[in-house]
Amino acid sequence: MSALSVSGTRKAAAPHALTPWIVPALLIAGWEAAAQLGWLSSRILPEPWAVARAFWTLAVSGELWLHLRTSLWRAVSGFALGASLGLALGLLNGSVKRAETLLDTTLQMVRNIPALALIPLVILWFGIDESAKLFLLAVGVFFPVYLNTFHGIRSADQQLIEMARSYGLSGWPLYRDVILPAALPSILVGVRFSLGLVWVLLIVAETISAQAGIGYMTMNAREFLQTDVVLVGILLYALLGKGADLLSRALEKYFLRWNPAYR
Amino acid sequence: MLSTIEFESDFSLSRELYQPPAPPLARGATQRHGVPLALRGVSKSFASRPVLKEIGLELKAGEFVAVVGRSGCGKSTLLRAIAGLETTDAGDIAIGASHRADDDGRANIRIMFQESRLLPWKTVLDNVALGMGHAPSAAAAALDTVGLADRANDWPAELSGGQRQRVALARALVHAPQLLLLDEPLGALDALTRIEMQQLIESLWLARGFTAVLVTHDVQEAVALADRVILIDQGRITLDMAVDLPRPRARGTPAFAALEQRLLSHVLAPSS
Repeated sequence: MSALSVSGTRKAAAPHALTPWIVPALLIAGWEAAAQLGWLSSRILPEPWAVARAFWTLAVSGELWLHLRTSLWRAVSGFALGASLGLALGLLNGSVKRAETLLDTTLQMVRNIPALALIPLVILWFGIDESAKLFLLAVGVFFPVYLNTFHGIRSADQQLIEMARSYGLSGWPLYRDVILPAALPSILVGVRFSLGLVWVLLIVAETISAQAGIGYMTMNAREFLQTDVVLVGILLYALLGKGADLLSRALEKYFLRWNPAYR
Repeated sequence: MLSTIEFESDFSLSRELYQPPAPPLARGATQRHGVPLALRGVSKSFASRPVLKEIGLELKAGEFVAVVGRSGCGKSTLLRAIAGLETTDAGDIAIGASHRADDDGRANIRIMFQESRLLPWKTVLDNVALGMGHAPSAAAAALDTVGLADRANDWPAELSGGQRQRVALARALVHAPQLLLLDEPLGALDALTRIEMQQLIESLWLARGFTAVLVTHDVQEAVALADRVILIDQGRITLDMAVDLPRPRARGTPAFAALEQRLLSHVLAPSS
């Protein structure tokens, strides 16, 4: 009942879908005004209009889509690789005590190494081609998914498991109907965290060594002092990050629709 | 927001449904009789602290026995041992023709817990059908007996506490249990809902004839429902009292009050 009334007040407090965009719009308006009044040098920060023009030029020439596609592909494949490995190992170690004893200590040690600290080694191993970036992204994404999956399986409600066993569920049906759904909220927290992290890692990976991608585009533009293009790149990252966030929210909303907190 | 109104009308709706305790004779095919239950010398310790001390207890088929006692007296452990959720250190638990130890030909036992223990990610109907394979019609029929047929497609989170326990009851009943174990299933409910649920459990027990063991700390509930009341104190049975009141039992009568008072004085008596 309380959950219902909470969603009721939330509706009343958000009268319009455009409300979240008021602050970004004001920021852009202030920025444009500052540029028009000459407070900002275009070397430091070009006016929004110039950024929009640069965006248009890049879009028309097709250059933008090439970079966007490259970056998106890297993010998706790196995430898919790291997250599926994290999920698989999290499920394994959460469910099988022997696997946990064997693997968890090693994983906990590796976890404390920042993924970006591996860059010199990764360049030596893979050179500067795609596999190097894929490796960095996958390593970074792996741990949030692994840890949250492991935790989710371990903290599955023992009372529900006991009930299900007394109703004759065991093996795969018990796993599918009770343990996995119980772990799902925690798994999705890991997915959401990873989707945020994947862009951070991608930016760094692309600014080091790349022949295409948004990171390459911005680094290239910096060398020619094209601050407007640099800003296009930064804004693209912001939009892609927002897209990833929307995606993870949609996943939560679908998979956790039984939970009043996500409705 | 509509559901808020439905919660309020919960009580009146279910009263209406319970007035004639409709025996589900149409489902006579699934109806089975209760099984006898016999415990001999059942003992259990948790880390060298004895919880059950040589409990001996016999139930006839179809009998309704309430087990009362203060918290921590071992009554829940006893019930969990009968259900097979807890191992025993010594003694023998025989249910029907089979013994607890062997799983073959085991009697159909269901347990209802103090918490409803519904799976929050399954709809009400799917919760009732848990462990049934494919029998949605049987689950829907069981849901109908507890008066919640119209909530079949809701999530458990949308139900009130009393409604959740009714779903849990339907989930137990759909398996047509020969022995129903009730582990303080009404302990967390408000007084009005509790009386309603007691009437529902009694009417279903009368209609289906399963053997029932009810663990409760509510002396009135024990007298209202049971054929016999067992008192457990410090792991031993200290009282075995028959309740010879005609059903349905009116709580206000002097005979009821006298039995309740007698039981209460035994519960509150300082243990030796």
